[in-house]
Amino acid sequence: MTLAWTATEMMTVVSARALRSSDVCFVGIGLPSAACNLARLTHAPGITLIYESGTLATRPTVLPLSIADGELCETALTTVSVPEMFRYWLQGGRITVGFLPGAQIDRFANLNTTVIGSYDKPVTRLPGSGGAPEIMTHCGEIFVTMKQSRRSFVDKLDFITTFGHGEGGDHRARLGIRTKGPTRLITDLCVFEPDPETKEMTVTSLHPGITRREVQDATGWPVRFADRVEDTAMPTESELGTLRDLHARTRRAQGLAS
Amino acid sequence: MSTFMSLGEAIASAVHDGDSVAIEGFTHLIPHAAAHEVIRQRRRDLTLVRMTPDIVYDQMIGMGCAEKLVFSWGGNPGVGSLHRFRDAVERGWPHPLTLEEHAHAAMANAYAAGAAGLPFALFRGYLGVDLPKVNPNIRRVTCPFTGEELAAVPALRPDVAIVHAQKADRDGNVLIEGILGVQKEAVLAAKRAIVTVEEIVDDFGPRSPNAVILPSWTLTAVVEVPGGAYPSYAHGYYDRDNAFYLGWDAIARDREAFMAWMKANVLGQGPEAFAAHGRRAAA
Repeated sequence: MTLAWTATEMMTVVSARALRSSDVCFVGIGLPSAACNLARLTHAPGITLIYESGTLATRPTVLPLSIADGELCETALTTVSVPEMFRYWLQGGRITVGFLPGAQIDRFANLNTTVIGSYDKPVTRLPGSGGAPEIMTHCGEIFVTMKQSRRSFVDKLDFITTFGHGEGGDHRARLGIRTKGPTRLITDLCVFEPDPETKEMTVTSLHPGITRREVQDATGWPVRFADRVEDTAMPTESELGTLRDLHARTRRAQGLAS
Repeated sequence: MSTFMSLGEAIASAVHDGDSVAIEGFTHLIPHAAAHEVIRQRRRDLTLVRMTPDIVYDQMIGMGCAEKLVFSWGGNPGVGSLHRFRDAVERGWPHPLTLEEHAHAAMANAYAAGAAGLPFALFRGYLGVDLPKVNPNIRRVTCPFTGEELAAVPALRPDVAIVHAQKADRDGNVLIEGILGVQKEAVLAAKRAIVTVEEIVDDFGPRSPNAVILPSWTLTAVVEVPGGAYPSYAHGYYDRDNAFYLGWDAIARDREAFMAWMKANVLGQGPEAFAAHGRRAAA
């Protein structure tokens, strides 16, 4: 049978597949949160989900709107203070993978969530850093997920809020950062992974029905494709069903029509 | 020793024009009622401090209370922008807002340093990013033992911390449960601290020996304001009103709609208006 899905569902399913049951995952709000919980409800039941509000090993039945909804605390193993979260658990190196959203990204997976335009006279003031700069340097590796467009996939960031691979190559190591940084960038069109040498984000998998031309048209730099580009497997009935149930439960809990 | 008083008296005596004020809460237990009282008392030139300025700081900025904002993430959680904050930064309305911008790790460590009586906070962070170029308070120091370069920011020592909690006992001790954020650190870092609580009880009852309690002698004022964290939530009392956060977007986008809302719901109201939201959750 043929299944129909939205671009957002595709992106969420592919993001979920990247997670392992043994991971201890620092979860960003929005699509990362949906992907992490989808992973927990499908192939990765043992995954430990941590939100920066201090909830350790939380198992929410509905998706939180914010990073600290009561649901996260009520279903957590324990809840620690925010200074403890950032000092012992994140800086202490206890987290295997961080899952971040982004507003603007460049070819080395550096992120901007601070300003569009200049810092002093911004065209658009964005929310700022939050936990992202230290999540990016302290987690074992980082997955980034965001929709692709020329507005968000840019040749040069207006502001480096969060350091991915910097200028590429061994830039992380030169700054004394010992973690891997962004190892996967999952979009609505494809999956990027860093080139082993240059660290430029390189397309390694195209989602069903997506062409190289479409990826290039949605990217503000000349896109590199790996020697061998895979076809992303279609979402399964089980993945889509579980994700849709999760969203339906969430909408009902928020008092919105499902 | 903390003193029970009305919210009006607490704000009038502890919050002055020009003070640095940390009204904390990490999505949970945000002291909306107390912040509204600061707005009603027309405080001006405040330095507002908070890791996650959200709706209530949007309201204070839009009403002209703030001269400066020290923060690490300014948004309507799960919804989008803070439009009053953006209007102040992008267009200087109602007047320009000075920013001292950090990341969460820096703010969390800076409160802890303030509580610990240290001059600065030390952590591993801010590597490769642009914030140190626009915030001169982000510096680097060298570890005397390993030679590693680490990030340093000044300790946060606000003039006043304002937080909300579940319960106070008759002696004015305060119990906080659920997501704790940086409330304990903010209170211990501040010169003066105001706590609003859902209820005052004879005894806290059965609790973990490690319960988070702010002893009365660390607090300046304790005020009973049932529902005082609405539309955020109070664990064990009421849930977050996510629909309010979604609805705030349209109100805050427009200056006139915002002013009309503030007039009807803040300037023309008192803390007792929050009581309707303060129902204790069914056990």
